Amino acid sequence: MIGIVDYGMGNLRSVESAFEAIDQKTTVIRDPRELAEVQAIILPGVGAFGDGMRNLRESGFVEILNEEVLEKEKPYLGICLGLQFLAEKSLEQGEHDGLGWITGTVRRIDPESAQYRVPHIGWNDLRIEIEEPIFKNLEDGPIFYFVHSYYMDVSPEDSSVIAATCWHGQKIVAAVQRGNIYGVQFHPEKSQRSGLCLLRNFVDQALKD
Amino acid sequence: MLKKRLIPVLVIRDGAVVQSIGFQHTNVIHWKPVTAVDFFNKWAVDEIIVVDVARNQDQRDKFYTVVDGFSRKCFVPLTVGGWVTSTDEMRKLLRLGADKVAINTEAVRRPEFITECATIFGNQCVVVSIDSKRNEQGVEEVCIDRGREPTGLETAKWAREAQERGAGEIFLNSIDHDGCRKGYNLDLIRKVVEAVDIPVIAMGGVQTWEHLVEGIIKGGADAVAAANIFHYTEHSTKKAKAYMRQAGIDVR
Repeated sequence: MIGIVDYGMGNLRSVESAFEAIDQKTTVIRDPRELAEVQAIILPGVGAFGDGMRNLRESGFVEILNEEVLEKEKPYLGICLGLQFLAEKSLEQGEHDGLGWITGTVRRIDPESAQYRVPHIGWNDLRIEIEEPIFKNLEDGPIFYFVHSYYMDVSPEDSSVIAATCWHGQKIVAAVQRGNIYGVQFHPEKSQRSGLCLLRNFVDQALKD
Repeated sequence: MLKKRLIPVLVIRDGAVVQSIGFQHTNVIHWKPVTAVDFFNKWAVDEIIVVDVARNQDQRDKFYTVVDGFSRKCFVPLTVGGWVTSTDEMRKLLRLGADKVAINTEAVRRPEFITECATIFGNQCVVVSIDSKRNEQGVEEVCIDRGREPTGLETAKWAREAQERGAGEIFLNSIDHDGCRKGYNLDLIRKVVEAVDIPVIAMGGVQTWEHLVEGIIKGGADAVAAANIFHYTEHSTKKAKAYMRQAGIDVR
């Protein structure tokens, strides 16, 4: 069973529907203690970083995520905000602490020219930096739907976690991976066939052992 | 590189897909809107926009059912608009599975509404939809309440203000071109694209695939939307994409 964390940020519906489409059972988790029961954790989310982290902290998710994902090495997939939370901090509307699992800072996209509009909305090609199993056999190729104004600026000492990037007037970290921890800036649940393939790959990987 | 987007728009009245001509909504095209989404899912569209144009909210529940049905089947982003006048309503639509919500009349009547929405849900969730009409002085003017009420606001200026107040995207419709099959209002699109830094979705007037190409190449739009044209041809969005690709546009 895969657990989808509900911490009051945005719609989980599309993530649930996507897993349903690949015949994978999921359960929505509102009580952090239930994280112990699932085999893998999905943390979706759109909205502001500060609100999101506050909700996670106040509902008691942060400690238990640290326990389940960092200590027990349970597979984790963060989507959009779920990727950004991995950073040490975000500069979106002030300065907010993240989970700090990856050394880096979330910053506003600052493209090299005005022809690149922010928010970065739409389908973009990934440049795969590490041939991770999650990128295997993507039906329509490595092209995914993005919608965000901030990105994770991974510190040079942690650059080995960068699994994929894309270009939007600057290089944008599109996916990270370290051991059991995966994060994607794009929305696989909204990226049609390639998105469903990626989720399938994550599930296969996560439930393998 | 970011692709240019092709977006079918489903105009919904009392739970059925209808045709829009000059902002009059008469012919029912599909009684079951979910059928349309099934097609679009298979036909590689990049996003879907759904707008409620009902004259009143008596049958709003039918619209919710439509949105709910779409979001379960639609694995591309879904923007929902029409009759959104509060952040509670926006939350409701997001919970039903919308990824973005389009606001229009209320944003003009109460511009701080844009900021309220953006603060709670993030800019990327807030699409400001603008219906523009050329007035007697030859100026493009924002009209609200399904295009019936002129506001005195100049369209490009309003688009800029919407951005400053927190809009993440502009959905720009030309009332004069709606359903008239003469192509987009390219002058209007260009003006708005120049006035803002956020993405602009062009809407209104598409009759041929070439019109889509024009919207991007001549208008400078980031995405091209159309409603009626997609309903009558098999694999319509696929054909449109193929045409756009041949014209040198980077599409998915």
